[in-house]
Parts: sequence; C-alpha cells; structure tokens
Amino acid sequence: MADKVLMKGNEALAEAAIQAGCHHFFGYPITPQTELAAYMAKRMPKIGGTYLQAESEIAAINMVLGASAAGVRAMTSSSSPGISLKGEGISYMAGSDLPALIINVQRGGPGLGGIQPSQADYWQATKALGHGDFQVLVFAPSTVQEMVDLVQGAFDMADKYRMPAMILADGMLGQMMEPVVLPEKSEKEPIAKPWASCGHKGEREHNIVNSLYLTPNALENLVKERYERYETIKKNEQMAEEYLTEDAELILVAYGASSRVAKGAVNKAREKGLKVGLIRPITLWPFPTDAIKRAASHAKALLTVEMSMGQMVDDVKLACEQKLPVHFYGRTGGIIPTPKEILAEIERLMA
Amino acid sequence: MAKIIVDENVCKGCALCVNTCPKKIIALSKSKINAKGYHPAELTDENACIGCAFCATMCPDTAITVYK
Amino acid sequence: MDVVFKKPHALTDAPLHYCPGCTHGIVHRLVAEVLDELGVEGKAVGVASVGCSVMSYNYFGCDMVQAPHGRAQAVATGLRRALPDGVIFTYQGDGDLAAIGTAETVHAATRGENITVIFINNAIYGMTGGQMAPTSLPNQITQTTPYGRDVNSAGFPVRVCEMLSTLDGVALAQRVTVDSVKNVKIAKAAIKKAFQNQIEGKGYSIVEVLSTCPTNWGLSPVDALQWLRDNMIPYYPLGVYKDADKRDNMKGDKE
Repeated sequence: MADKVLMKGNEALAEAAIQAGCHHFFGYPITPQTELAAYMAKRMPKIGGTYLQAESEIAAINMVLGASAAGVRAMTSSSSPGISLKGEGISYMAGSDLPALIINVQRGGPGLGGIQPSQADYWQATKALGHGDFQVLVFAPSTVQEMVDLVQGAFDMADKYRMPAMILADGMLGQMMEPVVLPEKSEKEPIAKPWASCGHKGEREHNIVNSLYLTPNALENLVKERYERYETIKKNEQMAEEYLTEDAELILVAYGASSRVAKGAVNKAREKGLKVGLIRPITLWPFPTDAIKRAASHAKALLTVEMSMGQMVDDVKLACEQKLPVHFYGRTGGIIPTPKEILAEIERLMA
Repeated sequence: MAKIIVDENVCKGCALCVNTCPKKIIALSKSKINAKGYHPAELTDENACIGCAFCATMCPDTAITVYK
Repeated sequence: MDVVFKKPHALTDAPLHYCPGCTHGIVHRLVAEVLDELGVEGKAVGVASVGCSVMSYNYFGCDMVQAPHGRAQAVATGLRRALPDGVIFTYQGDGDLAAIGTAETVHAATRGENITVIFINNAIYGMTGGQMAPTSLPNQITQTTPYGRDVNSAGFPVRVCEMLSTLDGVALAQRVTVDSVKNVKIAKAAIKKAFQNQIEGKGYSIVEVLSTCPTNWGLSPVDALQWLRDNMIPYYPLGVYKDADKRDNMKGDKE
C-alpha cells in the first residue's frame, strides 16, 4: 500500500499524468493552474520528458496536437480564458481523431472574470469547446484523490476512443491540499497507434493526420462514424456517485467543488430528518443520464447546485425528461456556496 | 541523343518549359487537349534536344522526364 | 539513354491541384528531391499549413500532419519534441506564416526549434481568392486593396528573413526564388542546407521562396515570373540573412 502524501490538487494531477505515461507537457501561465505547470517544469527534465512554456495558449494546444499526432501522450493545462483560446486546437484535434488531455482549472468569467473558483465553463466543456460537431470526454473530480485517480482513465479513454479528454476542475480543487495516494507507474502496455505520423521508415504508406474533407459526403460520413463512437461512450462510460438517493424525496445534483458543499448540506438535512440525497456526476460528458433517470423514477424533485448561473441544470432537465420539477441554486463570480445556504434552499423546497 | 517525355495528362500548359528551353524546341500542342482541358507541351524537334533538363527544372507539375 | 531527370520518390503520384504555372509545384519537387538525396523520407514528418498548400499532405510521400491556420510551427514543435530522431518540416504560405502565425513563427525561431521551415512568399492570399497578404507590396492591387495597398492605412509588408535574422535561435534565414533554372538550383541548395542543419542539430532554419500566383495576380505564368523579378526581388532582396556557421566563423569563437 502506497503512502499518503499531502499535495495540492494541481500538483497531484501533474504527478498522476506523469505516472500515466505522459511525458510531454505544453502550457502557458494562468492563475489558478500555475502550480501544475510549475510542477511539470520541475519534474519533466528529470525524467527526460518535455516541459515547454509556449508563447500562447493557442501555440500550447497546437504543440499538444503535434505531439499527439506523433503518437505520444501529451497534455496541456489552463484556466477558463486560456481554454477559450485552446478551442481552435481542440476542434482540430477532434476533427483529426487525436487523443490528448486538457485540464481546465476553472475561474470566474466571462472575459477576464476573476481568479476565484467557478463552474461557469460547463457549457463550453460539454457543448461547444470549438466549432463543428464534436464532443470531448469531460471528467469532474471532487477531491484531490479523485483528480489523481481520473487521470489514468482519461488518458486511456482518450486513446481508446481517439478523442481529446478534459478534466474540468476549479480553482478550489486545484489549490487545496489533501492527503493523496499517488498511483503506481502504469504497467499497461500503451495502445498501438498505427495512424500516427511518426515517420513511415519506408515500411508503410504515408500517414496523414488531417481534419480537412472537401467532399461533403466524406465529411458527413466521418462525423457520423465519430457520433457512433460517441453513442458507445454514452452507453458504457457514464460515471456518477449516488449518495443516499434510495429513499430520497429531494435529490441534489452537483459536481466538483459544489458537490462537496452539497454533500455537507445533504448530511445536515438528514440530521434534521429530511430525506435528501445527492447525485454527483463524475463524467460530465457523457452525462450520467442513467443515474438521473433512476432518481427521477422515485424522487419528488431535483435540485441542481452549481457555481454558475445554471448550466448543468439543462442536462439534468433533459435527462429526467421533465418528469419531476428540477430546481436550481447557484452562486457565481468566484463565490462558493455555503452548506448553510444550500440547506436553507433544501428546507424551502421541502416545506 | 537526348529527349524529353511530357506526361500529357499531368501537364497544365503553363509554358514555363517553353519559355526556358535554350533550344526553343518545346511548344504547347495545337492539336491535343488533355483531360484537364489544357494544351500539353511537346517537343517540336526531337533531334535538337540536348537533355539539359531546364524544362523539367522549371516544370511545376514534374510532368517532364528527361533522357540522355 | 539514361533517365537524367524524373519525379523524386518523396513526391507522390497525386496530381497537384495548383493552378497552371504556380511555383508551389517547383518548391514541392525541390523539397522532395532533398528528402530523397538525404535519405530521410522515412524519418520525415511534414506539417501542411492552411492556404493553397494545405493539400501538400497528399503530395509529400513522408508522414504528414495538417495544422490549423498559422499554427504549423507550434505543431512542428510538438512533433519535434515527441520524435527526437525525426526530420520535421513545415511548408507554409505568407498569410499563414507572417500574419496569423507570426507569434508561432517568431517563437519557434527564437527557441531555436530544430526544424526546417519552407516559406512561400507570393505576396497574396491564393486559396481564398487574392486578398492582401502581410507581404503584399505597397500599392499592390488585391481583392481587399482594390486601389492598391495604401501603406498609410494597411501598413507595410513584413520582411520575414530580415526580421528573424535578429534572433539568436536561427541557424539559417535565406531568401531565394525559383524564376529561372539558376535560381531553382540556388533554392534547392538552400533547402538542402536547411534540412542538413536540422539533421546536424543546428537549430531553426527558414528558406523563404519568392513565388508567383499567376491566377490572382492576373498574369500568365511567364509574365508572373517577370513581375516577380521586377517588383518582388527589389523589395525582398535575395540572399542569406543569417547563417550561424558563418557568424561563428566571423566571430572566431569556434576556432
């Protein structure tokens, strides 16, 4: 059993990526993800890997594109305004079927916004990271340990399904310190990448990593093939924690930092005898529709809690097919709701 | 003895070879039109070719093979 | 009779989509000849940029990656770091390299990123139908400068080799053209040196090739070459702007 160490979320995430075989990191400074890049700058030279501070977020994501096209595991990290800049490269990677890991340690927006924790990039991450028909895998950890645990799987799934993956964290998870057990170095044989542009050595036809298809039928067929992959993912890869939901009349839905607060509020409500539970989506795309449907079959109402003006709440409504009322409580601008605030909302709704 | 062979289906009739030939023995065909709709270049005097490959050097479509 | 000139192996059989007389084709062939002569096609990965040359991924026989507009040298940086033994090159036009991709260009150069950059400067945006490029000449008429490029409003052209030659990371910055057999030979030698530099680990090498765009210039291919000589070469003088080997020799610090 490995020892527990006390680490910041950002640093733990970086170490987990290295253990998952990612030796190529390209980034650009932005608060509140800076510790992640700084950790990589310290570690990568020691293991013969690449840490490169790019001239922009745009350049960084395109360096990831290049490294990924060559067949290696590559990643970048940023925070909200920087992720907007990366949108171009992410769309091209999706269009070229390239795997990669992108970390978004969210902060308040829009614009330069603020530097305090936020969850206002849910729509961006799950609906429109860039132009065109595409999805990326989106994981939402709620503890430092989970930030570590999700990294290996995120890389593996990105490789398996040939698409970018994102860890959608926030300033609170990135900055907080918690005891964590770091994973052992992955012993798994890396998946073969016969499509990679890494030099054909005169042994095969040349590979082309490309997202340009000027024939509409060819492009449509390719996008449709990608969407079949997405359907497989939706069927097989949903992840959610269901907490005290079995007998719950009111079920909260929250992810990431706000789910920690929501869980606290659920516990307090239970102490008061209120039948309240929590669904915590761990994958945001694919959205854990099945867990929401199960909840909708017996609960009387849902309450979505987010650090935004209400974004995930749309997916909750779609998942429960409007079979029961879906309420929303949120704070935004970098404010983390308190358990007391959420409890008050629970009591108001259950009165 | 030297000669050039123009791949008629690749030639786009741009005439850079015509312009560069030191012997002035390449012309765009007056009788032929290729699949792309261009008049391909052709050698007008097979005996005068010196195999200098100037034409091929200037050909943007690598349509010319030179023999010597 | 022996074959004295034929298509290089590193050029595929795909017919080029370029307009008649476009000099892209000549430069493609030169790059392919150099890959053949250095025996590196199997180790090479090329990066196609956005613009007319986007489909160069179909023409070069080595592995290829198509980059977003302007990002070719960032993509090449990723490839470079992932493939230490690879031979990495970009093939970019002027809009891609000197407008939308200026930051990527300057920073790849100043990092001394060990890559080869083939830069086609034809003073216009070809693929989108002839708009002003960062390298369009003063008073040059384009679709978006219908009264000629007014430097008071549209500013001055960018001289890429001169600009990059000030950066310590650059091993070679050379401007060539392909308007004549003699100049094609000089261009090929420059491209070969740019690849050799990379193989020897000398750092960033860029070869700027003054090129024509007969279609969007509204000239015949032959007249376009004359326009290039009369207008482009005076504004963009040919020559070596930086050669790290020679600089070191001059300084004598390698003695």
